[in-house]
Amino acid sequence: MAREHKEPLFHIVKRMNMGGTSKVAIRIVSILIGLIIGAIFVVALSPTSHNFFGFFGSMVSGISSTPRRLWLFLLEGSLLLGVSIALVPAFKMKFWNLGGNGQILVGCLATCAVMFYLGGKLPDPALWPIMLVASVLAGAIWALIPALFKAFFKTNESLFTLMLNYIAAILIGYFISLWYPTGTGSMSPLPHGALPTLGNTPFGKYFLPTIIFFIVAIAIYFYLRFSKHGYELSVVGESENTARYIGINVKVVTIRTMILSGALCGLVGFILSGAVHQMMSVNMDSNMGFTGIMVAWLSHFNPAVMILIAYFVTFVTRGMSQVNTDFGFTDEKLSSVISGIIFFLLIASEFFVSYRIVWRADIQKVMDKIAYPFVKACDSTDSLIKTIKVKLTTKKQPAKKEAE
Amino acid sequence: MKKGFKGIVLAAMTVASVAALAACGTSSSGDKFGLIALHDESSTYDANFIKGFKAACEAKKVEAKIVTGIPETNKCYEAAADLADQGCKGVFADSFGHEAHIAKAASEFADVQFSHATGTSSKYANKDQANFHNAFASIYEGRYLAGVVAGLKLQEMEAAGKIEAKNKDANGNIKLGYIGAYTYAEVISGYTSWYLGVKSIMPNVVMDVTFTGSWYDEVAEGNGANTLIDGGAALISQHADSMGAPSACEAKNVPNVSYNGSTAAKCPNTYLVSSRINWQPYFEMMIEKTLAGESYAKDYCGTIETGSVELAEYGKNVAAGTAEKIDEVKANLKSGKLHVFDTSKFTVTVVAPDADGNNGKNAGATVDADGHLTAYLADVDGDYKGDTNVVSNGYFDESNAEKYRSAPYFDLQIDGINLLNVKF
Repeated sequence: MAREHKEPLFHIVKRMNMGGTSKVAIRIVSILIGLIIGAIFVVALSPTSHNFFGFFGSMVSGISSTPRRLWLFLLEGSLLLGVSIALVPAFKMKFWNLGGNGQILVGCLATCAVMFYLGGKLPDPALWPIMLVASVLAGAIWALIPALFKAFFKTNESLFTLMLNYIAAILIGYFISLWYPTGTGSMSPLPHGALPTLGNTPFGKYFLPTIIFFIVAIAIYFYLRFSKHGYELSVVGESENTARYIGINVKVVTIRTMILSGALCGLVGFILSGAVHQMMSVNMDSNMGFTGIMVAWLSHFNPAVMILIAYFVTFVTRGMSQVNTDFGFTDEKLSSVISGIIFFLLIASEFFVSYRIVWRADIQKVMDKIAYPFVKACDSTDSLIKTIKVKLTTKKQPAKKEAE
Repeated sequence: MKKGFKGIVLAAMTVASVAALAACGTSSSGDKFGLIALHDESSTYDANFIKGFKAACEAKKVEAKIVTGIPETNKCYEAAADLADQGCKGVFADSFGHEAHIAKAASEFADVQFSHATGTSSKYANKDQANFHNAFASIYEGRYLAGVVAGLKLQEMEAAGKIEAKNKDANGNIKLGYIGAYTYAEVISGYTSWYLGVKSIMPNVVMDVTFTGSWYDEVAEGNGANTLIDGGAALISQHADSMGAPSACEAKNVPNVSYNGSTAAKCPNTYLVSSRINWQPYFEMMIEKTLAGESYAKDYCGTIETGSVELAEYGKNVAAGTAEKIDEVKANLKSGKLHVFDTSKFTVTVVAPDADGNNGKNAGATVDADGHLTAYLADVDGDYKGDTNVVSNGYFDESNAEKYRSAPYFDLQIDGINLLNVKF
């Protein structure tokens, strides 16, 4: 008997014309699934509490229940935003800058070196500009080295920047032991050079360091969107040959863009060491150089979305540490796994935004039924948004005419 | 169909509102105490604090708020302040580098007691900060006892002909190995007291020490153990917090003396014993005094007597008669008949620094003609400069919290111990 030729269970199709609401909805649903999986694991394994909804309560209280928590949340999200935005110009140029951590660390090192060697000899306000220039320069140099090698010798920038991370961490360790020769590899806050604050409350301490990266994000948005430099680097990213053909100097663009990227990471180091900690440590980067890559990619380099993603990532990390305390975990493995699951689902949702699964006809019928309300709701939201937009534009037009 | 979607929305809203409610409901009545740990439970060092803290809070019926993975930066200050915000009446931090940040929190939250392990400043730089405390224990006595266990094992190995030629140096001394974290008084005091414990049983021993430059580096600690074993060490101990060294010893079947707690479960064949500081007595004292509104010692050094210094269970392969011998030595330490750093039991070589002030050894030490210590200027106020003579009545007076401080200050390099490298 001849074998019946079966239709495959499903195949994957590229999505066309997907509504904006569906895109957002898919992401929100995947985040919710991630959180629910996390809650199930935490509640099942907790030695102290089995309150399922308490998980969400702890996540939220971890970032918001006191002014201190709220401001630390705002600050950490903003630092992550700063790193993500710093990486964007390089990534748009398809220069794989994996050296964010190292560039932040040398920024910290330069800041602390100024505070250590010149602190007390110059008044604090005179130190601040020196610290700023030193940290930005240090970050820029740390990015310039691989950029030069890439431009002139075609070295692999991923490996090069990665290696420089380790060198930066070792340099920090070296200087700490140079300054404090019989200690244990840690230092106390430096007495001079702390950046100015608006008082000793969480708001006073963290408002300025928080706001600065929003300003940077806006500036970089305009740089990429409207400046000639921004245009050039995106052409280099799309095709080096095209860039060369239309007269763009690829080497100059590569070097210039990496200096910018490194300088911004150095600025993060300046804020970390000058404003937040007044000291440095080998892991002061908190691995933001890598987390920032995820944030930059997930936001498709859109600064507004980047703010949301940076804060979502911070919500998960800070929230999970509160969950750990509230649910009596004294081992971070579970919270790391859960954070990983949540981020993984968020990243995986990108697949469903770009592709669609088409099931075998019989299954597709069932799937359609299940998905129908979801699709319908998204469609009606889309059309609602469209109507509002149309109404707004039609209202504007007569106003224009009057002005004429 | 529409109904289904409404259901989803409704469910989502319920989740959100319940979550918000739960957020308000997390604060419970009853007293709270907080612990700030540098790493989490997978570090033997932090696990030791966490275990003691949980037990103490349970015994005293207070709520334990434990935060893990807090680095030695401003994050430590924020964690301490956050615990105070949560209503904790006392906060304890477990790592040396937490000190400055805890002191800062103490100055802001006057009605909360802050204690800090291994710190040095409560009687010196922070002496006016009444709610800031340091604590440690005479762990050098525990190390010494663990050294006695190791000495007995060596004795048994030698009698059984298990000490090979490669385990001896040119002078016929048996080689020991030790993995340390940093070239720092706490570590130096630890390996010296362990070595003296071994030497009290087996006088013909020498020891190589290698440093990792980290409190927790599983790979470096494992590599360090392998280097020492390849160099002929017959027995290994360590002062670093991962399973790196014990696991390497188990793989090569070299007896190991552990720290911070038993590693018998993972290393059944080679584990001998482990000394540990039991922090529970201190935590209970801290909770009790704080709740009663009484003040407690600015600097506190737990002892064998207070139950703060302990040996964990003996491994299955310890020498016969170990328990009896340990009981005897322990009694002598308690009664003061025996001092770990008895100056007649070790010699010190003093090398004057060169013209540039470099390459000196044991500066600050005064020795007699036989090389026995008669005086030593130790750094007890935490500025890394020798300032106080701590040798009296024929012994080096380590961790004397009343007179000096609880954190160790023995940082001499005694004869018979060879440092393979130096890491700060």
